[in-house]
This record gives sequence, structure tokens and C-alpha cells, in this order.
Amino acid sequence: MNSIWNKTIPAGGKWSGTIGKGKLVKFTALGKGANLSTIMYHANQLTERYNMPDTLKAQHTSHLTKGHVLMSDNGRVLTSIVEDSLGWHDSISGYTSRKETDEKYGITTYQELRNNWLRSGEENFAVELVRNGLGVRDLVPVLNLFSKVFCDKNGDMHYVEDHCYEGATVTLRTEMDTLFIFSNTPNPLDLRNEYSSVPIQIEVFDAEPVKDDDVCVNFRPENKRAFENTWEYHTLLSDSKSVVLK
Amino acid sequence: MAVLNYTESSRKVEEAIYDRVIPAGEGWMHELEPGQVLRIVDLEGNQAADTLFYHAEDPEDHYSAVATMLGQQNIYLSTGTVLRSESNKGLLKIVADTCGRHDTLGGACSAQSNTVRYAHDTLPMHNCRDTFMLQLSMYDEKYTKRDLAPNINFFMNVPVTPDGGLTFADGVSAPGRYVEMQSIVRTVALISNCPQLNNPCNAYNPTPVRVLIWDK
Ligand SMILES: [Zn+2]
Repeated sequence: MNSIWNKTIPAGGKWSGTIGKGKLVKFTALGKGANLSTIMYHANQLTERYNMPDTLKAQHTSHLTKGHVLMSDNGRVLTSIVEDSLGWHDSISGYTSRKETDEKYGITTYQELRNNWLRSGEENFAVELVRNGLGVRDLVPVLNLFSKVFCDKNGDMHYVEDHCYEGATVTLRTEMDTLFIFSNTPNPLDLRNEYSSVPIQIEVFDAEPVKDDDVCVNFRPENKRAFENTWEYHTLLSDSKSVVLK
Repeated sequence: MAVLNYTESSRKVEEAIYDRVIPAGEGWMHELEPGQVLRIVDLEGNQAADTLFYHAEDPEDHYSAVATMLGQQNIYLSTGTVLRSESNKGLLKIVADTCGRHDTLGGACSAQSNTVRYAHDTLPMHNCRDTFMLQLSMYDEKYTKRDLAPNINFFMNVPVTPDGGLTFADGVSAPGRYVEMQSIVRTVALISNCPQLNNPCNAYNPTPVRVLIWDK
């Protein structure tokens, strides 16, 4: 199947844009140790956004993989994870700040290094949020695709260094028109002092219609109800004849 | 279960400058001066006090669950935890805690998340996010839904397992347990005393909490 669009986000890079519902968005790590910090908003109503707690508690999970859905704060499914070669994506460790980036990797500047200066998640998100009419007040917990962070029994958070291999992939299906903002910057809990960002390829395909036996719809009863909320939203938006009374 | 972290306070109730009970299902929004100490008391045990903070001089800088967890590389909140804003400023610091652990991953209940978690017919039930929005609307119109970031659940226990599970465990709280935090900057506190009737954590019986403030 040929993609209808593709883009490679270089190490340290960023991208934002709306991808309509019913698409597959496939991410491929073009090197090992990838981390793609991701936020999602409902493109037609930007105050509706990915909600980490609602997503985790409804699915009784603290990590994300195939079958899980990424829920908005309105109880709807923004996107669902339909394929995953890694088994774990992180949802609790956030994005790198400018201060952390300078402290960990040394101070770099545009003046000295031109476009090889080391970008931070904080600044990448700020720029793309403002570009889309939002601002830093709209920042919420992000997804870190390709990263694994687990908590031990005392609650201490641990980043797993060798989790993501070169060629690892994860595919999201858009269930609503979704504004994505990506920052291809290291995981804040990756304590290595080498800026470990690698390029990530994004390809978009048309998705098949969601079937009755869909793995994400049937993953848990909670997922089914979140899909029902999403379908209800689209029913009320569409020109369906069945709701027109003469 | 992991080690709990208990610290008692030497502050005396009769020296508090503010003392109020928030009934189950009610909200509270109040500004704290730098140095002031806020105590929240779980009067009857196993209640959830859903709480958000804002930097009063920069209301767009809301409490950040992730910045708070990252700041200590640990997901549970207790004595010593600095409650951080999205821009990573320290807003308050927990200075006493007789509960031992508090959650910041579970977020607040809402009408919509109730339909997902329990059943579609729970939509009309009272919930924390409605309380948050009502309080924001009454406090100052500069606060909007955009300012509703994931919150703290004081007195809630939401253990995360090393293999990536997440559960809502029995409460670690009990009648009279409290948590106390000292404001570092001028901070606006927003509390929803959770009205959830679908969750065994509070034995299906939401109860009041008490808030006290000391000048130092
Ligand atoms: Zn609640």
C-alpha cells in the first residue's frame, strides 16, 4: 500500500498538522533509541485534547500499546493504536525543557552551530502551539512514542535505554480529525549525556472502515463506550437523512 | 505495598487563620500568599480531594502532574514533594502528610469519563470536572476549560505496577489523616471534593474534607 503522504522529522525537529479521521499514521524509528513527544487536540474544537489520566484509568494501564486508545477529555477516542512492534510507549514522563537540555548536553546556540543547535521539547511545543492559535497554557501530559518508562514498587520512574530498536514501528488510526504536534526530542528520563534523538518517518494511509471485530473497539468495554461516544459525535455532525424530520 | 512516608505537623488548629469544611460534592477556590500553609483533612477517611493549583501572577501556568513527578523521578506525592507548574516553577511544597501517599496520575472524574468507565447512563451524575468548571467560572473569567490540566488526588492510592498496570487500590487514608503544603509563590488552589458514587475507593460514600490555612 502506498502512503498518501510522508515526512521525516529530523533529530530535534518538530511538526504540527491536522490529519482527518479514518487515516493510519505509521511512525518508523530510523535509528535506535527514538523518542517522539506527541500531543493531540481535536482539530475542530481545540479545547478538547488528549487526556492522559482518562486514557490510563479507563484502560487500567500505565503504558500504551496495540489495542489501547488515546482518549480526549470529552470521553471520545482521538486515535487508537492499531499496530505496534514495541509493546510499550510512554505516557507519564513529559517533554524536555530548555534548562534540562542545556544541563544535560551542554549549552548550544544557533549563533554558534546554526541549525545543529540542540532543540528542546518545551520550545518546539511552544512554537507549534502558538502557530495553531494555542499557547503554553494548553500544554498537557504528552505521549512519548518509542520510549519505555516503568515504575518500581516504590514509584521510582526508570527509563529503559535499549527499548527501541532501529526500524521499530507504531501505527495510530485517527478516529476524529486530529491536530498533532510532534517534538522529536529526547525523553527527559533518558539520562545519557548524548543527545539521543534519531530521525522518525511518518507515513499516512487511508484506513479501512472500523469493523465489528476491531481490536481497539473490543479491547475493553470502556473502549467500546468511548467509541460509541465518538460515533455519536459524528452522527450529530453529519447530514444523515434519518435525523431530518419533515 | 511500597513504603509510605508519614510526617506530622506541629501546627495548632487554634492558630489557623482560616478554617472551613468543604462538603462532599462541593468546590473551593482560594488564593494563598507565599509562605502560607494549606492543610487538607480527610475528615471521615478514604475521600478524594481533587486539587489543581495556578500561579496567581501567571494563571496560564497551571499545575503539572508530569513536571511534579519528573522533579522527583517518582510518581507518588508525599512530604518533600514540590508541586510544580507546567513551566517547572515550584508552586508549593508538601511539608506534612499523615496519609503517606497521594496520587497525581488518576485525574478528575467527569461526566464524559464516567460514561466511558462505568455506563452511558451515568452522564447526568455530579462529577469533579463540573465542580472545577463552576468554580473557575465564578472565580475569574480569565480561567477557562483550557486551564484544566490533570490534577492531584489527595488521599487517593493509584498504584502503578512495574509491568505497566494501573489500579485503583483501597485508600491509604483514614479519618483525620491530613496533608499540609506551604506555598512558595502566590498560588490559587482549586479543590473539588469528589462526588463519585461509582467507585469503591470511597466505599460509595463521599464525605467532607476540611481546609485550614496558617500564615506560616
Ligand atoms: Zn471526582
